[in-house]
Amino acid sequence: MFGFGILSCIVFLPLVGAAFILCLRGEDEATLNNARWAAFATTVIVFLLTVFAYAKFDTSSAGFQLVEQKGWFGSGLIYKLGVDGVSMPFVLLTGFLMPFCIAASWKSITYRVKDYMIAFLVLETMMLGVFCALDLVLFYLFFEGGLIPMFLIIGIWGGKRRVYASFKFFLYTLVGSLLMLLAIMAMYGFAGTTDIVQLLATSFPASMQKWLFLAFFASLAVKMPMWPVHTWLPDAHVEAPTAGSVILAGILLKMGGYGFIRFSLPMFPDASAYFAPLIYALSIIAIIYTSLVALVQEDMKKLIAYSSVAHMGFVTMGLFTMTEQGVQGAMFQMISHGLVSGALFLCVGVVYDRMHTREIAAYGGLVARMPLYAVVFMIFTMANVGLPGTSGFIGEFLTLLGGFRVNSWIGLLATTGVILSAAYALFLYRRVVFGVLDKPALRNILDLSPREAAIFAPLVALTLYFGFHPKPVLDSSAASVAALIQNYDAAIARTRTAELTQNEAARRIEPRTASSD
Amino acid sequence: MYAAILFLPLIGFLIAGPFGRQLGARPSELVTTSLLFVAALLSWIAFANVALGEEPGSVALLGEWFSSGALRAEWTVRVDSLTAVMLVVVTTVSALVHLYSIGYMSDDPSRPRFFSYLSLFTFAMLALVTADNLLQMFFGWEGVGLASYLLIGFWYQKPSANAAAIKAFVVNRVGDFGFLLGIFMVFVLTRSINFEQIFAAAPGLANTTIHVFGAEWDAMTITCLLLFMGAMGKSAQFLLHTWLPDAMEGPTPVSALIHAATMVTAGVFMVARLSPLFEQAPHALSFVIFIGATTAFFAATVGLVQNDIKRVIAYSTCSQLGYMFVALGVGGYSIGIFHLFTHAFFKALLFLGAGSVIVAMHHEQDMRNMGGLWRKIPFTFAMMTIGTLALTGFPYTSGYFSKDAIIEAAYASHRPMAFYGYLMTVIAAALTSFYSWRLVFLTFFGKAQWADEGHGAAAHSVGAAAVAGHAPDAHAADAHDDHGHHGPLNPHEAPIVMLIPLAVLAVGALFAGLIFHSDFIGEGFNEFWKGSLFLGPDNHILHEMEEIPHLAALMPTIMMVAGFLIALYMYILAPATPARLAAAMPALYRFLLNKWYFDELYDKIFVRPAFWLGNLFWRGGDGAIIDRLGPDGVAARVVDVTGRVVRLQSGYIYHYAFAMLIGLAAIITWYIVGGVR
Repeated sequence: MFGFGILSCIVFLPLVGAAFILCLRGEDEATLNNARWAAFATTVIVFLLTVFAYAKFDTSSAGFQLVEQKGWFGSGLIYKLGVDGVSMPFVLLTGFLMPFCIAASWKSITYRVKDYMIAFLVLETMMLGVFCALDLVLFYLFFEGGLIPMFLIIGIWGGKRRVYASFKFFLYTLVGSLLMLLAIMAMYGFAGTTDIVQLLATSFPASMQKWLFLAFFASLAVKMPMWPVHTWLPDAHVEAPTAGSVILAGILLKMGGYGFIRFSLPMFPDASAYFAPLIYALSIIAIIYTSLVALVQEDMKKLIAYSSVAHMGFVTMGLFTMTEQGVQGAMFQMISHGLVSGALFLCVGVVYDRMHTREIAAYGGLVARMPLYAVVFMIFTMANVGLPGTSGFIGEFLTLLGGFRVNSWIGLLATTGVILSAAYALFLYRRVVFGVLDKPALRNILDLSPREAAIFAPLVALTLYFGFHPKPVLDSSAASVAALIQNYDAAIARTRTAELTQNEAARRIEPRTASSD
Repeated sequence: MYAAILFLPLIGFLIAGPFGRQLGARPSELVTTSLLFVAALLSWIAFANVALGEEPGSVALLGEWFSSGALRAEWTVRVDSLTAVMLVVVTTVSALVHLYSIGYMSDDPSRPRFFSYLSLFTFAMLALVTADNLLQMFFGWEGVGLASYLLIGFWYQKPSANAAAIKAFVVNRVGDFGFLLGIFMVFVLTRSINFEQIFAAAPGLANTTIHVFGAEWDAMTITCLLLFMGAMGKSAQFLLHTWLPDAMEGPTPVSALIHAATMVTAGVFMVARLSPLFEQAPHALSFVIFIGATTAFFAATVGLVQNDIKRVIAYSTCSQLGYMFVALGVGGYSIGIFHLFTHAFFKALLFLGAGSVIVAMHHEQDMRNMGGLWRKIPFTFAMMTIGTLALTGFPYTSGYFSKDAIIEAAYASHRPMAFYGYLMTVIAAALTSFYSWRLVFLTFFGKAQWADEGHGAAAHSVGAAAVAGHAPDAHAADAHDDHGHHGPLNPHEAPIVMLIPLAVLAVGALFAGLIFHSDFIGEGFNEFWKGSLFLGPDNHILHEMEEIPHLAALMPTIMMVAGFLIALYMYILAPATPARLAAAMPALYRFLLNKWYFDELYDKIFVRPAFWLGNLFWRGGDGAIIDRLGPDGVAARVVDVTGRVVRLQSGYIYHYAFAMLIGLAAIITWYIVGGVR
């Protein structure tokens, strides 16, 4: 298409939209509306393109598809894009969520509108690039580049403590990403290439794997975020504008999980197996600890942010079980969480736009004036709780099953999350929506406007649809996940055999006789 | 046709839920109610065909839910005798409750919402009983939990209703925690969650051990114990019972449908459905007896002293569920289901009757403010008496057949704990009789407390609510408006739509036992159940219970009469006795009145610590430790350094871009060096 592959179109089209908005002159309302519409149109077209790409995508194959490759910077660096079953769902999710972000910012962003739209479009390019890149350096560029617009979005359009929040966000991610950069250089030094496809076929020595794993882990764990490097997230969420929170929870957090599936598990299998108990421990702590913390929050966004950390705990736990259920469940959990937590932040945004406070105590009895809102909020609360019939259940169940298969204690401890999530989510809902509407400020609050209802409708539909029919998501990643696990098991087995032969060679107690049959 | 039974309530929900506002209240009521009656009719046809007739059980596959590796979850409609029994119970009671609610809820502004929730509940319950795998069962399990949550909290302005709704959901989730782990265990052991494969694998797993939770366990025992934990939550068994009495905050028809006849029996159904697993786990069954018997006794003791008419019946439900579990525990699955079946009729009857009383009393629930009502509402009185007779096991009413069978089976069983089960159920039989008749006497006989001069109905209602510790119904105020404020109360019979369900249920309460006992637990056992309940080769409980000593078999009836006589003495012949007794044993009275202090205990050991820990982790862990040592500390240092070194630009974005540029430069350098090499 137009001399590029479809993935290039998807990745760079938002930049075209951004350039267009950049060219708009003037600050009058008409211009701003043009900017909004341009951004919205761009994101919708991008989404349609991702759907088109998905139509061309063969879910039964585990390999990379729609691959594009070009030389870049002379001989060494390459520009290579491609998707497989692991990345395709994220590309779709990104494309899907972006129009909602633009639409949700329609009225709530009042100053520097053009800059805001540009930041979001640049951010979209970066995020899509992360999921499409098949070259480590390219990946790194997108991975880190995405932080800049996000940083600006929090820092410019954020709340009162935006500087503190963006600074915290920056510190955490900077430390992690520098280590990752070192690891990338080391990998290039060893393999002589940064092509992900070739790196996937490379087996790194076990000792090196551990260092590489830790370096990647530093960056990915922050992104995830895993306990104890999660404290940037509540602050970032609280201060970010609504759409920023949606993208943060919906996509940016998924980059950590995606990184684990793309790099840590397949490239450093021995180290992954070695460090898996650590990951389990951190995941379980995340689930229990942050759920309890969520219980006592007084700020709606903080509560949801902490619940995100808990849900990401299910993801990391599931990934490192390296069982089909665990990994597929983690994939599904990420997609579902992208929809559900995104929608929950939109729910908070709805009342924030009206009341300009996120304080839970400032609300109560909203159902009396906002019945439609109450229904929507209920559906997403239940999805957050992991009620069967919503998309939240599938991922939670599969990851827990995977965890239980590995170790019953993991299953037992992580499953307490289902009790705690019910407690904090329903407690929030009760305080905000139920009760008597007796606060004077709420007397005239209005129910969802048609624009808001239109934003929520597709999200509700998908949350329920994937709850009853999660097959599309599970199937599109099934082949890739199966291949991932197969390679992982093979790598582990190879290492084991190597160790055994070494040991045997060392011991040489008695010569081994051929087995009887 | 079977799929239609399942989906008609769903259609009702989908019509009355989203479009109820546009349709209006009356059409919503009519649509949901008539769809439910059709479903009930179809269910009886299914019952006649599958359970009573010759038609073999069937499993219809509706589609795949999801699959991952060896795990395959499907949407199914399984209809065998066990399901058919449940279909009849669920749809019949649900249809009658729908009908009743048209009258009961007639002055509520949110009727479409109410009826849509009722239909949603019915759908989820049907999905539960028609499941052919553990996951669909769990789907229904959680679905009924959701509907229960929504209906308990239906009057959302009431803080007590909201608290009760959350409590119900969270306590149920504690049970679900066990259920989920049980499902995981089953999958680990059998590589499947489909009943057919699980049941086929179960005999082979008997006496195998598995290493989980740090110890060697008998595989089937631990699996069944975990699954049973789910049943304990849903069926409000001892330790996980605390939510059920509070659930009475919901409208009374809800209590009848969900918290008496159907949802709370899901645990009983689950154990019966999984009888092939439980039969291989004798220790787990002993535990089931223990919990069931303890619940039967415990709940009955609490029921003795409650003053809220609905709470008495709620504790009675709890206690009767305990009976069912005793039956299951001794291996008499069919007896447990039989009691489930008969209990659904008479307990729904009692609840709906109580609803009728409450309406007559203008939303007064405290029995101490009732009395003498039998002249005012004779039909309700008659129906309540029938329900009470059935509940207490008066000869030839339905409770007589099912409850006495449980006690006999407990006596006959040789399982450890069975004698404990017998003892507790016999004592509970006397207690049941006592509190049931106490309810009748307090409500319908004696002095009409509501007719006191100088006390307006409204003032009474508020005072009573303060005594009972919960707010009056949300629309109690409306009711008073309708009937004038301070005029004397004039109780009158409820409208006809509320009385018809009572009459139908009364027929069931009287005759269901007589008609069906030989099919459920007698000679017709095999032809009726057609193998849908599994009995191990050593399980002869149904025969053994025929051969117990006459006196042991007569005990429940003796106990029933004793309970009746004591209640008669204390509340009719010498009405001063209860107060004297309470004054004589204040500690015991308070202990019972406060429900053995379970709520206080749980608040101390679970709820408060959870919030305390949350605060500790938040302010201490996240704030004081992680942030102070991590970003804030680093930030402070960075600010120091940058303050000194970099005075050129403000804003950290430049630093970040700078770091990235350095990184890029480093990479490119690396490439160039690499290229040269």
